Amino acid sequence: MPSAFKLFALAIGAVVLIALPFIADGIGMPAATTLATSMLIYGIAAASLNLALGYGGLVSFGHAAFLGLGGYVVGILYHHFVSGDPVFGWFAGTNQLIVSVPAAMLVCGLLAAAIGALSLRTSGVQFIMITLAFAQMLFFLFVSLKAYGGDDGLIIRRRNALPGLDTRDDTTFYFVCLAIAAVCWLLLQRFARSRFGVVLSGVRQSERRMAALGFTPYIYKLVAFIVSGMGTGLAGALLANHLRFVSPDTLHWTKSGELMVMVVLGGVGTLSGPWLGAAALVALEAILAAWSENWQIFLGLVLLVVVLLTRGGLDRLLRLLGRRSS
Amino acid sequence: MTLVFEQLLNGVQLGVMLFLLAAGLTLVFGIMGVINLAHGSLYMIGAYAGALVAAKTGSFLIAFPTALLAAAAAGMLMETMVIRRLYARDHLDQVLATFALILIFNELITITFGRQPLFVSVPPLLNGSIELVPGFRYPAYRLAIIVVGLLVGVGLYGLIQHTRVGMLVRAGATHRDMVRALGIDVRLLCTLVFGLGALLAGLAGVMAGPILAVQVGMGEQILIMTFVVVVIGGVGSIRGAFLGALIVGIVDTLLRAFMPSLLRQVMVGSEADALGAGLASMGVYLLMAIVLLVRPRGLFIHGQ
Repeated sequence: MPSAFKLFALAIGAVVLIALPFIADGIGMPAATTLATSMLIYGIAAASLNLALGYGGLVSFGHAAFLGLGGYVVGILYHHFVSGDPVFGWFAGTNQLIVSVPAAMLVCGLLAAAIGALSLRTSGVQFIMITLAFAQMLFFLFVSLKAYGGDDGLIIRRRNALPGLDTRDDTTFYFVCLAIAAVCWLLLQRFARSRFGVVLSGVRQSERRMAALGFTPYIYKLVAFIVSGMGTGLAGALLANHLRFVSPDTLHWTKSGELMVMVVLGGVGTLSGPWLGAAALVALEAILAAWSENWQIFLGLVLLVVVLLTRGGLDRLLRLLGRRSS
Repeated sequence: MTLVFEQLLNGVQLGVMLFLLAAGLTLVFGIMGVINLAHGSLYMIGAYAGALVAAKTGSFLIAFPTALLAAAAAGMLMETMVIRRLYARDHLDQVLATFALILIFNELITITFGRQPLFVSVPPLLNGSIELVPGFRYPAYRLAIIVVGLLVGVGLYGLIQHTRVGMLVRAGATHRDMVRALGIDVRLLCTLVFGLGALLAGLAGVMAGPILAVQVGMGEQILIMTFVVVVIGGVGSIRGAFLGALIVGIVDTLLRAFMPSLLRQVMVGSEADALGAGLASMGVYLLMAIVLLVRPRGLFIHGQ
């Protein structure tokens, strides 16, 4: 139920997000805009992972595969756009965001369909491990592809272009990401309330019950996994544009761990949780890294406390605050 | 031919190391149902403790037991402080909490020892090589690792199959609640099993010291392969862990040794080397994916 508090929080959030680049410039901290762009992009990735993890109960330890692949699609298309020779000798590269992002989502969707179709035959630990295995294969593949930078990764000298907009400007790119993130947020909200979303939640709670009701759990899980992979690929494509760089680091298994951390930090299976979790983790990393070289130890401690002591993450914390105020 | 034989032995040596890690991991998983990503950290602790004591005293004989004790102590501490709270949680919480432990352990080691890798020299007694068959020599230290690993395998088999503790471990893996109902302190059993797993991980770590660089992150590299072993062999099975470890060790080593030269026959040298190394690294994961698709519960688990 949309309580007054919830609407109020949404309105405040929207105003802050829109005003943020101007405030950042005003107080002389333009780096805040860049940081906020990272938060939005990781928010998209975490919210997509949450679709599989939270709603579908599919603990994927391999979502870095989609984040990295999405970035590599952008990087490879740009690489061929600059060099002029066609990709796989078949089609030309591009520097248009409007082409590269859908292409990244398509490629990630296909990969997710393949990984999902095979992995969903298992469950539990085996599912965790097989998704990890596929992501590792992709990691090592890109490490060994010398044509696309190998270990060093690909530099994207200029961000992909959008007609009528100067994406090289950090503020403009922030608004592009904000618009895409807002669309994702709305779509995921619709999704969670849709028939599909409800059936998926049912499958998570009891597969046998849903099967007895005449649903085919496998199909629902597979579609959720594919959509989740495409969303993460979208985030990867934006991330590559944002950093103007893509490397096997984004495919590393610790990245999969980080994405899971974001979802759990924010609240598994909630609508706003992953976004809060992503923002919190990106902010925490930035603050701790500026404060201490050994910041990961604090990140580890925070994470340990969150997992051991709280159930429901930041989203639940906000809900409790909201209940108190209303 | 001698090259193939040498690489086979290298594969067995890697397999033995993987077995030492996988044994602990699979026992912990079988009995407690916990995925412990931080198992690699125990291996790292063993390696660092061994390297530190070896550097200070100059004696591998003192370093060896110290490393085992350090790893076992760290493991039991880890169990009582964190892992114990995860038994009733789902896999997601376990993965994240132990992921957090990796971050903490890695940074603690970095703060204490710095980022420079440590190098440990081979103990003088085992420095050199042994002529296995006429005309074929193999480093004594690597041979010693294989022997130790096989002895541990036999010892574990005896412990699990023929002692009272082993009986409890086996019973605990299949019917934990029943064991508890019979008046056994399952909590203590869990701590002991975890300590044993940590001890074996520490053993692998201290033995790895002289052949690998002792550095932060060494645990994760081998951890992921250990998971491959556990999943291929079948979760909870020591026998599966042993056979799985040998398969993974040999497949990985042979691919790494021969994949680049095979590719070089169809490609340019430098590209073939890079792609060969990449494909060789992918090999064991591909193997695991195939095994899981054909036998989702692992190769060496029979029935339901």
